[in-house]
Amino acid sequence: MSTDPTVLAEAAAPDAERLLADLPPTPAVWCSGLRKRYRKQTAVDDVSFTVGRGEVLGLLGPNGAGKTSVIKILLGLVRPDAGEVLLLGRPGTDPQARARVGYLPELFRYQPWLTAAEVLALHVRLAGAAVPAREQRESLALVGLTDRAGDRVGGFSKGMQQRLGLAVALVARPELVLLDEPTSALDPIGRADVRDLLLSLKERRVAVLLNSHLIGEVERVCDRVVILDKGRVAASGTLAELLGQRELRLRLDEVSAEAEARLAAAGQLTHSGDSYTVTLPADQSATMVPDLVAELVRLGVRVHAVEPARISLEERLLDILRAGTGGDR
Amino acid sequence: MIARTVLTLAVLTLQEALRRRVLRSLVVMTVVLLSLSAWGFYRLDSEFGTLTSGEARLAASTVLNLVMFGLSLIAALGTAFLAGPTLAGEIESGIALAVMTRPVRRSAVLLGKWLGLVAFGSGFVIVAGLGQLLIVRITVGYWPPQPATGLALLAAQTTVLLTLGLLLSTVISPMASGIVAVGLFGATWIAGVVGMVGEAFGNDGMAGVGTVSRMLLPTDGLWRGAMHAFQHPGLSQFPAFEDSPFLSMAPLTATYLAWAALWVAVVLGLSALAFQRRDL
Ligand SMILES: Nc1ncnc2c1ncn2[C@@H]1O[C@H](COP(=O)(O)OP(=O)(O)OP(=O)(O)O)[C@@H](O)[C@H]1O
Ligand SMILES: [Mg+2]
Repeated sequence: MSTDPTVLAEAAAPDAERLLADLPPTPAVWCSGLRKRYRKQTAVDDVSFTVGRGEVLGLLGPNGAGKTSVIKILLGLVRPDAGEVLLLGRPGTDPQARARVGYLPELFRYQPWLTAAEVLALHVRLAGAAVPAREQRESLALVGLTDRAGDRVGGFSKGMQQRLGLAVALVARPELVLLDEPTSALDPIGRADVRDLLLSLKERRVAVLLNSHLIGEVERVCDRVVILDKGRVAASGTLAELLGQRELRLRLDEVSAEAEARLAAAGQLTHSGDSYTVTLPADQSATMVPDLVAELVRLGVRVHAVEPARISLEERLLDILRAGTGGDR
Repeated sequence: MIARTVLTLAVLTLQEALRRRVLRSLVVMTVVLLSLSAWGFYRLDSEFGTLTSGEARLAASTVLNLVMFGLSLIAALGTAFLAGPTLAGEIESGIALAVMTRPVRRSAVLLGKWLGLVAFGSGFVIVAGLGQLLIVRITVGYWPPQPATGLALLAAQTTVLLTLGLLLSTVISPMASGIVAVGLFGATWIAGVVGMVGEAFGNDGMAGVGTVSRMLLPTDGLWRGAMHAFQHPGLSQFPAFEDSPFLSMAPLTATYLAWAALWVAVVLGLSALAFQRRDL
């Protein structure tokens, strides 16, 4: 019996490769059990979440909730007391994990003695990416700084520095972008630009972790949100999950049994007197409400009022945070 | 990968030094010192025309070392106040955040910054020192026995000090690190003088102060080696001059040079460790 182990290993290698290739892609961010204390202050307390490839995740929470701390831990800027991080499938302790990661810090400052174009060139070099000068200029154009490419950053206004920071985060062709309050210093047009930018990243399947106090912004672009409060995950889920299902409130007359069956088919039905409430599933089609109304009318129901209802993310956020404070005291 | 990071950061640091106001103040101070010394040497030559050539050489040697001390002080101030802000200042202002989130090792960033600072400090010392040597040659016709060794030792002294500044800047604020580094530099120089006086009077306790301080921070020892390389070789034959703070009787030993190199490596390693552990 002489089985050469090297021969066996060689035979197994292509199999292993195929197995790896067949594996579903690792998430853009995976973190588990993150903890961080600053002296007496617990900044992050057992935080775990994932961001899928191409997913836009919103990180919400009040001031001091630990959002920036979590982002810094993910990027290896801050050492967690406990917990593990994987970025794009590599452990966060390996610098190479950040090769395809872009970051806009909350406190954005760039070398004041360099020009905007030089800052981008520096980051491209450090990232080890081969990004031609033309593409670097395009990144500057994307954030509206084309005219200032040759000016020293020291002379930039705050908003211009934040725009430059966005360009820096995006210049090295990232697969994951972490943005810590990317619009805090931007004018209304800049904010709209960032929203478009986020949507275009989503289209290109770039994963985004977005921390913002502008809930409207988050609600419009994010697939999922994680809500932090006092360093803990207070709630998380897709927008639909967090906001609950939509409701349809109707005021109806002359409802036949057949019409009532039709209503019940649309969703869970409750009614008292002439007011009917249908809880609609999250994945309803856009024409569902008009279809339902048309059918009710055809069935001889007299429709007095139809009122779709949905609580906003802001209301939901305030609910969650208030419940958190209430429970503590 | 690591080499690219180190090189990129070295170039960046050099670029920073050249573009910031530190350079301008450094140039102004140097030009002032060099012109003053040129005038001084010119006067020395014309006023003391009656001196014997031996006496003139002694005077020139002493004054040259005095001016070189001024130069090394300028280099110390310049690099210490450059080394501090370049790391601690960047951490404080947030510039470090974007850089450190690139796929780079912190130790590679530190090494790159150190290399850039060493290149800048050494470049300054060599250019300004060479200018000074030429001034002395033109005005009084004196040329030191080992100019290259002397300048290299001055550069080494600057390197030691900026390495210390870098270590300090990983743990304390940028301004404080500059001040502490220059303070320690001055303290070891004074301790060195105390040690010399102690040796001259046969006081072992005082002599020990100089020896110990020269081990703790090798700036003063390297400076003495540089002085020895600049001064006239005949001067060692005059024991009377032994206690002058601007003359040195013995060349540096290879052991001391090795110690200085080890010191720099250890301090740089400590800085890397402190930087690695730090939250940004
Ligand atoms: N360097 C630090 N030293 C001491 N405490 C810190 C430090 N950084 C953060 N903290 C503490 O950690 C907690 C979380 O801070 P963090 O900056 O993560 O909050 P945040 O959610 O980003 O808040 P904001 O919305 O105001 O940006 C706070 O209580 C803060 O005081
Ligand atoms: Mg924050």
